[in-house]
Amino acid sequence: MSYDHDHHHDHSELSETELRVRALETILTEKGYIEPAALDAIIQAYETKIGPHNGARVVAKAWTDPAFKTALLQDGSKAIGTLGHISRVGDHLVVVENTPERHNMVVCTLCSCYPWEMLGLPPVWYKAAPYRSRAVKDPRGVLADFGIALPKDVEIRVWDSTAETRFLVLPMRPAGTEGWSEEQLAELVTRDSMIGTGFPRTPGAPS
Amino acid sequence: MNGVHDMGGMDGFGKVEPEPNEPMFHAEWESRVLAMVRAMGAAGAFNIDTSRFYRETLPPHVYLSSSYYKKWFLGLEEMLIDKGYLTREEVAAGHAMQPAKALKHGKFDRANVERVMVRGKFDRPAPAPAKFKIGDRVRARNIHPATHTRLPRYVRGHVGVVELNHGCHVFPDTAAMERGENPQWLYTVVFEGRDLWGEDGDPTLKVSIDAFEPYLEPA
Repeated sequence: MSYDHDHHHDHSELSETELRVRALETILTEKGYIEPAALDAIIQAYETKIGPHNGARVVAKAWTDPAFKTALLQDGSKAIGTLGHISRVGDHLVVVENTPERHNMVVCTLCSCYPWEMLGLPPVWYKAAPYRSRAVKDPRGVLADFGIALPKDVEIRVWDSTAETRFLVLPMRPAGTEGWSEEQLAELVTRDSMIGTGFPRTPGAPS
Repeated sequence: MNGVHDMGGMDGFGKVEPEPNEPMFHAEWESRVLAMVRAMGAAGAFNIDTSRFYRETLPPHVYLSSSYYKKWFLGLEEMLIDKGYLTREEVAAGHAMQPAKALKHGKFDRANVERVMVRGKFDRPAPAPAKFKIGDRVRARNIHPATHTRLPRYVRGHVGVVELNHGCHVFPDTAAMERGENPQWLYTVVFEGRDLWGEDGDPTLKVSIDAFEPYLEPA
C-alpha cells in the first residue's frame, strides 16, 4: 500500500484525515465516551506488550520441549497459557506445523485477522490487496515476492482466517542449532516465519 | 455482501511489497484511530462484526484507495453516527452539541485498558449437536447474502473436507446486523487448490477456511 504515494502526491488528503481524526477524538472526549489518557495507554500497551518476540519464545520452546510442542499443536491457547510470562493470549489460537512435506501460510482474505498477541499488529502488506488476493490462489508466486521458494513437491497449505480462530505457523528448526538454548533459538525466529511467508534465520547468517 | 473486501483469488493488485523495518504506525493519527476503535468497542458501542461490516460497506472506490487505518476511521465515524453516539452536525463542527448516548459498559477510562489487551471469547454453549464430523465431505453453499458474511466467494459451490471442529462460536452474519449471537458450529474445511482454481491451479495447494455450519451442506 501506498503511504509513500500519499506523502508525495496527496499531502492535503493526509492532513485532512489528521484533522478529522482529531475532531472525532475531541467529540468522543467531550461526550464523555472516552478519556484521551486511556487511548494513550492502549497505544503504549500495543507498542510494548505485543510483538513477534512473544511468538518467537513459543516457537523456541516448541523446538526444545517435545511435550510442550505436542500440547501446543493440540491446543495453542491452552499451551501458551501455561507459560505465564508471555503476554496473555486469547482463545482460539491454532498452531500449525511446517514439515519437510508441508508448508503452512496464513492469510485473511476478507480483512486482516492476525494473531496480535503473538505477532504484534500486522504489517501493511498483510492487510493490503496484493497479499489478500493472491495468497489463496498463487501462494508460490507470493513467496517469490518475499524472495523464497519451496521445493516443487512440498504441499502448500493456506489457512484463510475467516472466523475468530487465529493461526500461528510453527516453522522448522534450522539445521546446525543442536544444543542451542531457547533464548538463542528465539533469536532465529522471524515474524514472517510464523506467518509462513519466510523461514527462520540460519545460524551464522546476518540478521 | 459481495464487496471488494472479499479479495481471495482476484487478479491485478500487483506484487506483495514488504517494507523493511516497518514502523508500527506510519503517522500518529493511525494510532489514535486504532485506540478509538478498541475503546469504543470495549465500551459496548458496537461488536467486532458490526465494525467489519461498516468497513466493507464503504464505497468500493473508497475501500480500494484508502489506507488501512483510513478505512478504520471512515467505518468508525459512520458507525457511531448510525448508532446514535454522535451526529453529522457534531462531526462537521468538530465538537459535541448533543447529549451523550449511554454506553453499555460505560465510559472508557484507564481502568479499562487492560481489558482490551486480551482477545474476547467467541465460543458459546452449543444449542444443538454438530451436523458434521471430521472427515465429512461438505459443499460450501452457493449463497450471496447482501449483508455481512464470512463465507468468501472463492469457495462457494465447492466441495471440501471437514478437518477441525472448533466448537460453537458467535455467528458473524447475525451479530454484525445486531440480530443476536446465534451461536453456530465452526469447522475448518479444506479444499483442493485445483477444485477452486481449475486445472491450471497449483497441484500442491490446499486452502482452508473456517466455516460456520449454516455455510455448509452435505456433499
